[in-house]
Amino acid sequence: MPDATGLELLAAELGDAARETVYFRGQATIEIDPARVREVLSALRGKGYSFLASVHGVDYYPEEPRLGVLYELLDMARVDRVKVRLRVTVQAPEVDSVTPEWPTADHQEREIYDMFGVVFRGHPDLRRILMPEDYEGHPQRRDFPVGGEPVIFTRDERRWLEEPSEPA
Amino acid sequence: MSPPEDRTLSDYRSREQSVTLSRLDEPLVQGGETSEELLTLNFGPHHPATHGVLRLLVTLQGEVVRDIKPIIGYVHTGIEKTAEDKAYWKVIPVVERMDYLAYYFNAMAYCSAVEKLVEVEVPPRGQYLRVIHLELNRIASHLIWLGTSALDLGAVSIFLYCLRERELILDLFEMSSGQRMHTRYFQVGGVIEDIPRGFEEKVREFLKVMPERADEYGAILNSNEIVLQRLRGTCPLDAETLLGLGVTGPLLRAAGNPWDLRKADPYCSYDHFDFKIPIGTVGDNYDRFAVRLAEIYESVKIIEQALDGLPEGPYITEDRKVALPPRHELATSMEALIHHFKLVTEGFRVPPGEVYAPIESPRGELACYVRSDGSSKPARVHMRDPSFVNLQAVSHMVKGSYIADMIATVAMLDPILGGIDR
Repeated sequence: MPDATGLELLAAELGDAARETVYFRGQATIEIDPARVREVLSALRGKGYSFLASVHGVDYYPEEPRLGVLYELLDMARVDRVKVRLRVTVQAPEVDSVTPEWPTADHQEREIYDMFGVVFRGHPDLRRILMPEDYEGHPQRRDFPVGGEPVIFTRDERRWLEEPSEPA
Repeated sequence: MSPPEDRTLSDYRSREQSVTLSRLDEPLVQGGETSEELLTLNFGPHHPATHGVLRLLVTLQGEVVRDIKPIIGYVHTGIEKTAEDKAYWKVIPVVERMDYLAYYFNAMAYCSAVEKLVEVEVPPRGQYLRVIHLELNRIASHLIWLGTSALDLGAVSIFLYCLRERELILDLFEMSSGQRMHTRYFQVGGVIEDIPRGFEEKVREFLKVMPERADEYGAILNSNEIVLQRLRGTCPLDAETLLGLGVTGPLLRAAGNPWDLRKADPYCSYDHFDFKIPIGTVGDNYDRFAVRLAEIYESVKIIEQALDGLPEGPYITEDRKVALPPRHELATSMEALIHHFKLVTEGFRVPPGEVYAPIESPRGELACYVRSDGSSKPARVHMRDPSFVNLQAVSHMVKGSYIADMIATVAMLDPILGGIDR
């Protein structure tokens, strides 16, 4: 992790794309302007953070903007990690996909689309990945209820399809 | 049952119903060379060689794979969602069930994330006991991989031998925690119990046996012409592409990049031990096999050193706000009773914030991201599962090679579907 000062320097070099820095438990986070994610990640790659370890989706409910996407960048030479965080609203959950530069983001962006409904513009194959193709809703959102979903067996299917709102 | 009327069918269901299994009267492609025909073949969702409920859509030209699309989600159980509804310490058994061959690693990633959030130190004995169990688990996981992979390559007897040794490890787990799988041995702040009397001797017996047995497996497979021909030179991928795809672990090391978090960014006192990182040269299937086999010996070395240097002292943190008080205190101390009651009913509260805790699992960088909102339940738990990320490399590896090599490559990839689907 860069130390607190290193983080400030890093954020200063990103200019006005960086909105906020958080230094928590020895881990560095830079919050950025969601429209400039590809630019920021490329700039950080130039600084040595060339490995995208993970992409997480988060729902910050009840804070606004609710949906968050976190990119865990890793500099393997210096063994240094930095988080890049962006937040988008539920009403306009759109972010540029970073798959052209980071092919590893493919599955992970699909997972975030599936679980949180964040749409990644320019993703080559943005489909649901873990939930069934015809599933409605984004189950990892905080306001998505646990349980109460219909369990689809063949014997229930007809009833389920005719009355989709009522659990079979 | 007759299908419901069209208007009630979703797009997906109607497409599904349009599939016919009846014999076609005319060939799919009119004219043209037979070898130019592209055939899309569905592997799975439960092909025996797919190591779980994995489905692969393979586009074939003759016997050559032109494209491959993994389709996953068949064993998605919503573990991450479930975790948001449980107190921090009750999440451990749930996350353990993700990657079901490396349960200690899942618990370790999750516990170290929570330990970072609550700023709890694991005492040295707890760390050493963790290392012993992690490395035993690594061997067990590699044994299952070796057995099932050899099965895919046509060597059936190896599978039975591997299960024999894995059984010894599961017996050890049963001895220390009472469970053979999903042991819930790791707790936030340490381990649940000290190892019982006789455990150390049992582990040493196992450590004496294991390298000899690993020698045997190596000797059997390395003199098996069929296995060698199916592994050597098949489906290599260079380290640069692998890094771009986010691949870590034995697959990356097979391509010659010695990246291992145990060395690069030591956690849990891994820097106290002397061990080597086996790496490959070409990055083909044989290197992937050889690297994992060599890792078994290194794990044995680590466990030996951990047993030799096992420090005395507490095995779990003394912080009563996080860890349960010892049983005997409950009868005498009111304070201990209150702590026990608070922990069991509500659980401990965690300061708000978000952390990312990576560790080296048998399959690569396994990391846990935990976000806390200040309550006693995590607001988000996300596992960066190495199998999920590594699976993306399979199409890059097998494009342009034969379908039989695809089976070998998927075997050497070692995907665990419980970890992929979570």
